Amino acid sequence: MTKLSRRRFLQSSAAVAAGSVALPFAGLAQDDAILVGGLHDLSGGLDTSGIPMSQIFELALKEINDTGGLLGRQVKPVIYDPQSNMSLYSQYATQLALKDKVAVVHGGITSASRETIRPIFHRFKTLYFYNTLYEGGVCDRNEITLGTTPAQTVEKLIPYVMNLWGKKVYTVAADYNYGHITAAWFKRYVEENGGEVVETEFFPLDVTQFGSTIAKIQAAAPDIVLSAMVGTGHFGFYRQWAAAGMKSRIPMASTTFGAGGSEPIIMTPEEGDGIITSFGYYPTIDTPANIAWKEKIAAAYPSNTPVLSELAEVTWEGVMIWADAVREAGTLDREPILEVLESGKTYDMPAGKVSIDPLTHHAIRDVYIADLKDHEFIIKEKYEQVPPADTQMVCNLEEDPDANVHHEISLN
Amino acid sequence: MDYTIIVVIEILRAISWLVLLAAGLGIIFGMMRVINFAHGEFLMLGGYTVIMSTKAGVNIWFAMLVLAPLCVGLFGVLVERLVIRFLYGRILDSLLATWGLSLLMIGGVTLIFGNTVEGVSTPLGAVDIGAYSIPAYNFVLIFFAALFMVAIWGVMKFTRAGLIARATMQNPAMAEALGIRTTWVYMATFGIGSAVTGLAGGLLAPLTGVVPTMGVNFVGQSFITVITGGASMIAGTLSASTLLGSISQGMTILTGPVYGDAALLLAALVLLRLLPQGITGRIFTRSL
Repeated sequence: MTKLSRRRFLQSSAAVAAGSVALPFAGLAQDDAILVGGLHDLSGGLDTSGIPMSQIFELALKEINDTGGLLGRQVKPVIYDPQSNMSLYSQYATQLALKDKVAVVHGGITSASRETIRPIFHRFKTLYFYNTLYEGGVCDRNEITLGTTPAQTVEKLIPYVMNLWGKKVYTVAADYNYGHITAAWFKRYVEENGGEVVETEFFPLDVTQFGSTIAKIQAAAPDIVLSAMVGTGHFGFYRQWAAAGMKSRIPMASTTFGAGGSEPIIMTPEEGDGIITSFGYYPTIDTPANIAWKEKIAAAYPSNTPVLSELAEVTWEGVMIWADAVREAGTLDREPILEVLESGKTYDMPAGKVSIDPLTHHAIRDVYIADLKDHEFIIKEKYEQVPPADTQMVCNLEEDPDANVHHEISLN
Repeated sequence: MDYTIIVVIEILRAISWLVLLAAGLGIIFGMMRVINFAHGEFLMLGGYTVIMSTKAGVNIWFAMLVLAPLCVGLFGVLVERLVIRFLYGRILDSLLATWGLSLLMIGGVTLIFGNTVEGVSTPLGAVDIGAYSIPAYNFVLIFFAALFMVAIWGVMKFTRAGLIARATMQNPAMAEALGIRTTWVYMATFGIGSAVTGLAGGLLAPLTGVVPTMGVNFVGQSFITVITGGASMIAGTLSASTLLGSISQGMTILTGPVYGDAALLLAALVLLRLLPQGITGRIFTRSL
């Protein structure tokens, strides 16, 4: 009969305890999926944009898994809902970088949210893709920015509409940095094309009544109204404009109307038809790539189909371009991936050809002009490979690879 | 001259807008000292009622003037029975509860209808005034704001229901002692306040984007108007709307919407510093 000494008992029970603690870790090591972070507003005021972006984000990851995964591993989304709340953005960004240790993060919608999370990812060296159109000026080697900036869309839109309608312009814009910077670009290109901005008015985001502005616009009698209005409060502008019978008198163009895809749905045809816009993507782009992409989305989301806009399409681009760079680099390490991204490759996307400008990490991409008719954007013009000229004015990542700023681009 | 007429109409419309936004909230606050933080969402519910029923083929005027107040009024009664009645006299708790309710309503409406549905255009088209054209619907807003005020005044002053309501407002314990069941009065008041808010939401629907989160754009103005006005339902709402509406629209016309917004807030601040109980806490104290 063996005697169970106290020492032996302790040893064996310690081994058992160690084994039971170690087991979950062994389990985790087998499930070696690559974690990909997604931070989109799934609730709160920005959910109209955030939900479609997140749906497309998940679909893109599924597509990667269906076509064999990455580096022989599966990819797995880690999704948090920052609820349009900046303190949650910073909390979840830190969590993604330090706790989940994701390979890359896609997300952020407003510039405020991006400037909350961008420095966090920069500090923790977590690769970050910002897939939203914005006012331009971010200079950070850790961030890839694929959406259009004002220089890309405004530069094309202004001569197009001035040619159609005339030279006298009245600008209405949202009262925060995006609206102010876009209005400054409106002014620059209107003047470069020999026109004149007779008045620029800014509106706080909670303004919902526009009667006096509409009267002032009538008094100024411009040839064109340019709108950089943003958000749900400002929907009322388009509605009250039509109600005052102005649709048939003064035409309107915008680089924000329909940015997240919801305005063309919410506005009735008599209110929205004839507004000319410019973006990097429209669902009506008539290429086999885009048609196939839309079919894929409709098949994946037969009900609750995401509203397609530049935001949603560029999110797809972001995930696909990241995956391509991982494959080519053969690793998840940030540095080799960034080198591939900076190599000047061109990617075929539903929106057209996209390449990354190595000096700014912004996209050089096709830009479209479209006219809204019966809830659909009818594409009028396509401009190929437009550079992000605004950010190029202030950013050179080759000279200053450690840059970590958002430049306020001043045009004065 | 044309421009002066336009400016006057614009200011009248701005005042009416505030009256419409604040009337329902004012009834509930004036009668019961309950602050309904879900007020913006009650407006939103009125808006959705109009949009959804017009989509189903209902006449837009019927939807705005009958269905919207009916739906939101019934919803208000439900809310009063389930939530508010346990919280009378506890202002902070009722704030918190109605705030939770507002989140619930936003989530619920998003879940049921999604967050993008086609809205309704403004009915009636435009009218020309000299060289200018304005929405004819402006006059509808002004008319209904005036009607609201007259109707509330008439009911409170000349009907038995109004007498009971005023008695409950002045001294609930004494009213109870005289055989009035005050809980029912409160329930009815909350229902009527909600119905008025629903009607306002219905009237606003053709002027703005109706989305689940739209309430936040209106709730600030509504609260500022009610608090600045003070406890009297009619005199308070009317005086605060007139003062704030003309100051903010005047500034908007003179300088621009940024200063218009700022002027409204500044005016409210100064007023509340001088008259912490609201305008009717010091002036027109005995009015309705």
